[in-house]
Amino acid sequence: MSKTAGLVAALVLLVVVVLASIAIGARDIPLPAVLHPTDVTERLIIRDLRFPRTVVGLIVGIALGVSGALIQALTRNPLADPGILGVGPGAAFFVALAVGVFGIGSITGYLWFAFAGALVVTVVVYVIGAAGRRTADPVRLVLAGVALGAVLGGITAAMTLLDPVAFDAMRFWSAGTIADRGLAVVWPVLPFLAIGLILAAIAAAPLNAIALGDDAASALGAHVTRTRVVVVAAVTLLAGGATAIAGPIGFVGLMVPHVARWITGPDQRWILAYTTVLAPILLLTADVLGRVVMRPGEIPVGIVTAFVGAPVLIVLIRRTRVSGL
Amino acid sequence: MIDFGRRTLWARLGPVSLRLDVRSLAVCAVLAALSLSVALVALASGDFRLSVSEVVSAVLDRQSFAHTIVVDWRMPRVLAALVFGAALGVSGAIFQSLTRNPLASPDIIGFSTGAYTGALLVMVLAGGSYLRVAGGALAGGLATAALVYLLAYRRGVQGFRLIIVGIAVAATLNSFNTWLMLTADLEVAMAAATWGIGSLNDTGWAQAGLGGVVIGVLLLVAVPLARPLRQLELGDDAARARGVAVEPARLALVALGVALTAAVSAAAGPIVFVALAAGQISRRLTRTAGVALAPAAFLGALMLCACDYVAQHVLPTPLPVGVVTVVLGGGYLIWLLIHESRRRL
Repeated sequence: MSKTAGLVAALVLLVVVVLASIAIGARDIPLPAVLHPTDVTERLIIRDLRFPRTVVGLIVGIALGVSGALIQALTRNPLADPGILGVGPGAAFFVALAVGVFGIGSITGYLWFAFAGALVVTVVVYVIGAAGRRTADPVRLVLAGVALGAVLGGITAAMTLLDPVAFDAMRFWSAGTIADRGLAVVWPVLPFLAIGLILAAIAAAPLNAIALGDDAASALGAHVTRTRVVVVAAVTLLAGGATAIAGPIGFVGLMVPHVARWITGPDQRWILAYTTVLAPILLLTADVLGRVVMRPGEIPVGIVTAFVGAPVLIVLIRRTRVSGL
Repeated sequence: MIDFGRRTLWARLGPVSLRLDVRSLAVCAVLAALSLSVALVALASGDFRLSVSEVVSAVLDRQSFAHTIVVDWRMPRVLAALVFGAALGVSGAIFQSLTRNPLASPDIIGFSTGAYTGALLVMVLAGGSYLRVAGGALAGGLATAALVYLLAYRRGVQGFRLIIVGIAVAATLNSFNTWLMLTADLEVAMAAATWGIGSLNDTGWAQAGLGGVVIGVLLLVAVPLARPLRQLELGDDAARARGVAVEPARLALVALGVALTAAVSAAAGPIVFVALAAGQISRRLTRTAGVALAPAAFLGALMLCACDYVAQHVLPTPLPVGVVTVVLGGGYLIWLLIHESRRRL
C-alpha cells in the first residue's frame, strides 16, 4: 500500500470516527438523523453538545499530535512529549495560581492563565537551554524543560496540598477533557493554533536535513538555529493552545508520532501528514469510548487515551521492525 | 600506562587492581563530607535544640533525655534520608546508563507509577494502615516492572523497546491513578497525593532499619555490576565482544535498580526526581562521559538529606520531602545548565 493510499484510508477512518462522535453518547442518535436531524431535541443535542465537542476533539488532537511529532524530531528523544518543554507544568502552575490566589473557578477564566503559563515557561526553558550559545542544544533544552517543570510542579504540589479547594479544582482540571468546552473556548485560541500549524509545515523539510546532524544540515543549506526556533515556537503554540482548551491530555503527542514514523519512515513531511490524521482519530475514539463505558456517566478523555493507545503501541513495537530516532 | 586525559590513581592489592579517577574521588569525598555535616545539623535541630557536641555526647550517654530525642526520634529519619537518597541515586544512574537517555529513571519501567497504583488502590478501596499501603505499593510496583520487562522481551530486551513499552504501561497506569483520584473523597485523595510525592514523616527505626539493611545489601551487589554497566554503554555488540553476557547483565541491573526503588517506595512513597537529578548533576560535577554509580549515590544521599532538613525545619509549614526535592533539585539542575554554558564560552 502506498503512503498516499494509506493516508486516504486514514482520512476515511477519521470521517467515520467524527460521525461516531456525533452519533454516540448518553442519547444515541441514528446515523441518518446525524446527517439530516429532524427531531428538535436531537438537533439541539448535535448543535449545542456533540458538534462543538467533536470540533474541539479534532482541533486538540491535531495540535497535540503535530507538536509531539515536532518535539520528537527536534530532540530525537523517544521520551519527549510536547509537555517536555515545560508546557504542561507551566500551564498547571498558572491554573493553580488562578484557583489558589485569584479565586477563579471557570474554564474560560483558566483558559488564558493556562495559555500564558505555557508560553512564558517555554520561553524561559528556551533561554536556559540556549544560555550563552548561538543555538539551543536539544539535550540541554530537554533537561532545562524537565528541571523547570519539576520546580514548578513542586510549587504547584505545595500550593495544592495546603489548599483543599485548589487541590479539588486541580485534580479535575488535570484529568483533561473536551466535554462542555464549547466553541466559545476554541475561537480565541484558534489563530495561535493556525500559526503553529503553518510554522510546523515550514519546518518539516529543514527538520529532515537536521536529522543528518547539524553540520550536514548547514552544508545542505538548512538554517539550523532558525529551524529550531521555529519548531520550539510551533510546539509552544500548538501544545499550549491544546492544553489551554482541554487541560493536559497526555500520550497523544507521545504515541501518534511513533506510530506515524513506523508507517511512513523517517520523512518528516509524511510523519506530520499522518500525525495530523491519526492523532484526532485516537483522541475522538478515546472520547467516544469514555462516553460509552460507564453510561450515563463519562470518563474524561485524558484518562481514556492511554487505555486506547497503549495496547496499540505495545503490539506495534513488538511486531514491526521499528525505527529509533 | 595509558593516558585517559584525566588524572587517575592506581591501586594494586595482589590480583586486584583499581583505576581511580582523581576528580571523581574528590567529588565523592566532598559530597560525603557535606552529607555528614547536614546529617549532624539535622540531628541537632528541632524543637529541642542541641549543639553538635551535645549530639555526640547524647549518642554516647544512654541515660539522658537527649539520647531518646537524638537516637530514638531523629536518627532514624536522618539515616533513612541518607540511605534512601543513595539508593535512588544509584537506581537512576543505572537506568540512565542502560538506556543511554538522560530522561530515564526507574519510572520508565513503570515501577513508581505501579507502586502509586498499588498504594492508591489500598488507600481508596480498603482504607489502609501504613503496612498495608507499603505492601500494596510493593506489589503494584513489582508487578508493573515485571509486566514491562516481559512485554519488552523479544529475544532480548533492547533499550529503545524498553522505553516505549515503559511509556505505554506507565501512561495507562497514570490514567488509572488520575481516575482513582477523581472518584476518591477529597480527604483520601489529598492523603494519597502526599504519599505519592514521597514523605519521610512517618519514618521510625522499623522502616529505617529494615530499609537500610535491604538497601545496604543491594548497594553491595551493585559494586561488581558497575563494570558490565560501563561496557553496556558502548552498545550491545561492543559489550558482547568484550566478554559481557549482555542479557543476564542487563536483567541483573534492571532488577537491581527496581529493587532499590522498591525498597524506598515501600518505606517512604515514590520520592520523585532524586533518581533523575542525581545522575545528571553528579555527571556534571565529575565531568565524566557517562553516569557513574558512586557519585550518583553520594549526591542522592546529600540531596535527600538536605531536602528533608529544609522540609522539616526551614519551611513555615512542614511539607512532604518530595515537594522540596523537586524544587531544590530542579533549581540546582537549572543553575548547573546555565553555569556549564558560561564556562564553555
